Amino acid sequence: MKGELKKNKVRRIIVNLDKCNGCRACELVCSAVHAKPKYSSINPARSRIQVVMDPLNDEYVPIRACDYSKAGCDGRRVYMINEKKYSECSFCGTVCPTRDLFKEPDSGLPLKCDMCEDEKEPLCVQACPDGVLTYEEEEEVEEEVKPGEMEIGLKSLVDKYGLQKVADTFARMSQKG
Amino acid sequence: MRYAETGYNLEIDLSRGNIERVETDPRLTELHLGGQGTNAKILWDRVPPEVEPFSPDNLLIFSTGLLHGTPIVGANRTSVNSFSPQTNLFAHSLMGGYFGPELKHAGYDKIVIRGKAPDLVYLWIKNDKVEIRDATHLRGKGATETAVLIKEGLNEPKAQVAAIGLAGENRVYTASIEHGHSSAARGVGVIMGDKRLKAIAVRGTKDINIARPAELFETCLDLRKKIYKSPYVGDWMAVDEDDGFHHDNFAWGNARVRRRGYWSKELEDRWRNLKYDNMDRQIGCYNCPKKCINVISYSGRKRFGYKCYGKDTYHMAAFKELDFSYEILGVAQEYGLDSYSTPQIIAFAIELYEAGILTDKDLPGFPSDSGERSFYLLEKIVRREGIGDVLANGVYWAARQIGRGAEAYDHNTTKKFEQLPIKLGRLNPPYFLMIATGEKMAITQIEGSFPQDPLPTIEEREEFVRKWDAVPDEKFKKWFLEWEKREQISNEASCAITDWNEAMHYIDDSIGLCGFLSSFRGQFGGGAAYHINNIPHLISLATGMELDKDGLWEIFQRNRNLIRALNVRRGLRRKDEKPPEDHWAVRDHEFEQKLLDEYYKFKGWTNDGIPTQETLDKLGLDYVSEDFIKRGILTGSEGTSSQEQKDEELKSRGC
Ligand code: SF4
Ligand code: SF4
Ligand code: SF4
Repeated sequence: MKGELKKNKVRRIIVNLDKCNGCRACELVCSAVHAKPKYSSINPARSRIQVVMDPLNDEYVPIRACDYSKAGCDGRRVYMINEKKYSECSFCGTVCPTRDLFKEPDSGLPLKCDMCEDEKEPLCVQACPDGVLTYEEEEEVEEEVKPGEMEIGLKSLVDKYGLQKVADTFARMSQKG
Repeated sequence: MRYAETGYNLEIDLSRGNIERVETDPRLTELHLGGQGTNAKILWDRVPPEVEPFSPDNLLIFSTGLLHGTPIVGANRTSVNSFSPQTNLFAHSLMGGYFGPELKHAGYDKIVIRGKAPDLVYLWIKNDKVEIRDATHLRGKGATETAVLIKEGLNEPKAQVAAIGLAGENRVYTASIEHGHSSAARGVGVIMGDKRLKAIAVRGTKDINIARPAELFETCLDLRKKIYKSPYVGDWMAVDEDDGFHHDNFAWGNARVRRRGYWSKELEDRWRNLKYDNMDRQIGCYNCPKKCINVISYSGRKRFGYKCYGKDTYHMAAFKELDFSYEILGVAQEYGLDSYSTPQIIAFAIELYEAGILTDKDLPGFPSDSGERSFYLLEKIVRREGIGDVLANGVYWAARQIGRGAEAYDHNTTKKFEQLPIKLGRLNPPYFLMIATGEKMAITQIEGSFPQDPLPTIEEREEFVRKWDAVPDEKFKKWFLEWEKREQISNEASCAITDWNEAMHYIDDSIGLCGFLSSFRGQFGGGAAYHINNIPHLISLATGMELDKDGLWEIFQRNRNLIRALNVRRGLRRKDEKPPEDHWAVRDHEFEQKLLDEYYKFKGWTNDGIPTQETLDKLGLDYVSEDFIKRGILTGSEGTSSQEQKDEELKSRGC
């Protein structure tokens, strides 16, 4: 059985860490373009891209804000770069409840990179010198699972465990997120 | 609403532990812009000339520039001002990096510090929360090490820190304030140490408002791309490894020996390899696409950064090669030492030893290798140990304290300050004026818009002026086209060139622009990104102030005369305005003094270098002329005849 083919536009920003000069122009412009009215104020703390920076360790890592999901993180990864230890959280872009990154400084509301939907190219990319940040758009063709297919799978589960058990498990899973 | 600036200063009294947030007068922005301009006004109002640099009443001011925090590319120079114990004059200092913009986002235009803490403290500013905190655990720690410890202790990785090292703590006159791989030199690190302020850490998350945001943003996005691409801005030496310019032309040792023909292809290749084998990356400053700072980690030493001539000073002072600078720069950065004057003090001491003026009694166990000697002296100086206690006061004072003929070896200071080690043949008249009358102590802080030397052929000169947008007036093009021999240039041109060069620095230092994009850079290629013709509009867009070229020129004159007045009130006169005697081999004192006469007249100063009442009053500095008359510095009857005055007015507008 074959699924339907669906076209997806995938938008990416590629980061070349070795070339970053630490100018933080990406932060500045991101805050400006999302200010209301547009450009009216500058505040890197509101930017949806943050350069995690420790010049004395030669560390320059621009990261963009994305949704937090608990499932994606177990906090147990440790990286060594240039003999310095970094935790999994060091360069993580999520709006994680355990830290202040990517939260509006006043309200604490989460910030999220929207890829500058209304602009011809993400602003951070436009402002970044030397191609540290480059923008890429790709058509990705994905095979979509037909609903019928899923139904068949579920039915076999119901047959095995009974409808109530499957429904309970489903409810529990959706609560956990 | 106030645009581009916050409208608040932070007032810190370290003696009483008092912290205040004070609203500023918007009128002062119109008169002086900000940065060093408004700093000068505060110093005039609050630090009378009787106050010694080491008095608790001396102020140390960290200031953002008016354009910090706006999208204007390369607006990141923090000005740090005070009165220097080395010169007893205005201390002019700037640092790149991120400090000023961060401070502005915290809600302040300046930090004004008075008094002295009972023991070592640091200042922690996070938006409205400001604390003076104990820093005794940081005593003796390196400058960048201190920054790391403070950020870790506060758990504030995004905080920006400016700190002193051991040199500042021990009140070494050439101590610097270090901030990442940028630093502030020329007399402010010593005052920070004297106030027992180890560091300032700041984190700001507030908005900065722009008067005409969309227009400014679009302009800057475009400007950023131009600046990135342009070879006429930033430090070309970050990419061009041919450094014959400094090695063949500047003087080695104690500003003594010019080694013409020193530079070679073999050397260039070797040094290029040394650099790229040890370089981590090249970085820039806040909101600038250039990469002027080379970041090096060398043989287990602390990682350090250098820019331009900063990589040459130590090895040229010690007659060594680049690897020696790489050995010592990381150490000097942690101690917090100015890499321009400190190597000269070291070379001066080595010379005194060789001349038998300093002996083994002064320098017990003095090694024989000049590199080891440099390290030996560096350690003595930062600790003020033995002879180091004298050398830590700079070449001028050390020479006089040592005596026994040491004064003759102090041959490269002006106004008691170490000048760049340059020894040339024939006089360059604008340079005579700039070194003699400059208030910013180092020539790099004064020169920069008009080329240093004529171009050899008329075709090259024509090509140069064709795209020269930066000139305040067409006459500069004419002078450049006609200029064939360095020493042959009219006094009229020399005066106007000096004025223009100075103007751009005074403007940059009040709005916080980097000289490598503006005031310092136009001389090499003529294509500075910022100049007198485009800055007024940018200021208007950011601040909402109506400003044109004439208006900006007048602000420059006001700031320039106010800083002059600060120094005049502390005793600066014509007798002090002397470039080092051997700066040029061929001198003509009569010509030079006549040139100086003309320049003073051009500036509206008396024959003794004091701004006249007319000059001051015209610029709205009546309170300065009143003070001068009260103190007997001016009698009130000086002045120029009315015809001369008219000429003066025309000239001083520079256009
Ligand atoms: S704009 Fe580009 S170079 Fe600058 S900090 Fe951001 S990622 Fe790095
Ligand atoms: S793509 Fe747009 S929203 Fe996302 S970080 Fe860059 S500037 Fe900000
Ligand atoms: S031109 Fe160079 S020194 Fe100036 S702000 Fe840019 S990176 Fe920094």
